[in-house]
Amino acid sequence: MNDHDSAYDGLVDGDGHGQWAFGTSFDDPLAGVDTTVPGDVDLGALARYCLMLGDDALVSSQRLAEWSTRAPELEEEVALANVGLDLIGQARLLLARAAAADSTVVPFISDTSPVPAEDALAFFRDQFGFRNVRLVELANGDFAHTVVRLLVFATWRLALFDRLRTSRDPVLAAVANKGVKELTYHRDYAARWVVTLGAGTAESKRRTADALLEIFPFVDELFVPTQDELVLAEVGVGVDPRTVRPEFDAVLAQVLHAAEMEEPPARFSGFVGGRGGRAGLHTGALGLLLAEMQSVAREHPEGVW
Amino acid sequence: MTVAATTVSSAQEIVASVMDPEMPLLTLADLGVIRSVDVEANFVCVTITPTYSGCPAMATMRDDIEHKLNDAGYGSVQIKTQLSPPWSSDWISEEGLAKLRTAGYSVPGAAPRRTSGPIALTLTAKPRDILCPQCGSANTRLSSEFGATLCKALYRCLDCLEPFDHVKEI
Repeated sequence: MNDHDSAYDGLVDGDGHGQWAFGTSFDDPLAGVDTTVPGDVDLGALARYCLMLGDDALVSSQRLAEWSTRAPELEEEVALANVGLDLIGQARLLLARAAAADSTVVPFISDTSPVPAEDALAFFRDQFGFRNVRLVELANGDFAHTVVRLLVFATWRLALFDRLRTSRDPVLAAVANKGVKELTYHRDYAARWVVTLGAGTAESKRRTADALLEIFPFVDELFVPTQDELVLAEVGVGVDPRTVRPEFDAVLAQVLHAAEMEEPPARFSGFVGGRGGRAGLHTGALGLLLAEMQSVAREHPEGVW
Repeated sequence: MTVAATTVSSAQEIVASVMDPEMPLLTLADLGVIRSVDVEANFVCVTITPTYSGCPAMATMRDDIEHKLNDAGYGSVQIKTQLSPPWSSDWISEEGLAKLRTAGYSVPGAAPRRTSGPIALTLTAKPRDILCPQCGSANTRLSSEFGATLCKALYRCLDCLEPFDHVKEI
């Protein structure tokens, strides 16, 4: 019954599991993983840190998934969906890790809800509870906008994860170790497209220049440390994002040079009352994204898929 | 309770022979995702390593391992995840590589070795030189680093004009 010999076998499977490609049960992405935290680590800070990094990946993957059926070519649609799938894998592990470190971050749904912690975090928090940077929530725009944003995000995240591989939290270290391999492919993909578009036709160059102007005001936020990041960097669990800026700048300069593009003038979108995405203050784009992403789960809070 | 050696090998053989749901020519042993199979009486604990963080086949693999062991009379099965060290295409067995070649796949070369310093950007260089698995021509071109599953890239041969899958180095 589980040999995948026939697509129809599963339809008559007595236990009712076979008709679903990936089963009907929720499985814990951290099943059997040692989630013990070193004794000197602030669990609340660790949970919020995992939410930050998980939300960045989750929101990015939702934006990438929006390209399905509407990318310029089938190959690019498949590529963007693949990148999104890698990121959702990272998000699941990080949100599950957040819940394991401090269960109070998980929204309560009901006493009977079968929804696992990482799904409750993804689908039952409102936008003020999301800790992603605003860069990842901006609307997709055109293809140039999407690949410029992906270049910025993958370059930053790869540099960060590369340093996170030696985290004293074994789960963060493992997620980072795995993620580095995936993000290397994401960054190369985005960089090659930025070069193709920037050094391409007058129209593709114009669109790339517009994308840089729109995206760059959201770059500085990636490097402003939160209190949690500073506390965790101090004990060897997290990374101070300021330390990855030189590597980020060097990679961006290399890509823009090859793309025959100028870096746009520094212009930071700024914070509102000192708060940005990491503190739950987002652009209007996030609420719309979540309304779509969360609608089915919220419609059926007791649902099993 | 003492467990006969045959029981252990039998549980190991069962787990090793479960097929990868997305490349059903490979067993989980061929793919190199099985870390350990421990048997105690009727209880089996299997530890596996995911190929990619988001690979949706992992849930199916877990289900299939459990069902196969249940069918063989092991009533209690636990499946653990081991995230570190991360899976590498280097872990695909020689037998697995041979099966992939026979099925028309281009097989992965050695996974990139990490050197010190920042990870280098690959902007213009061809990421790898590969031969067409159909006609052996070196005149091949990458269509996309991302294919039908997370672990494959799309190529085409400029001589025999056939498209083919390349299992990525990771």
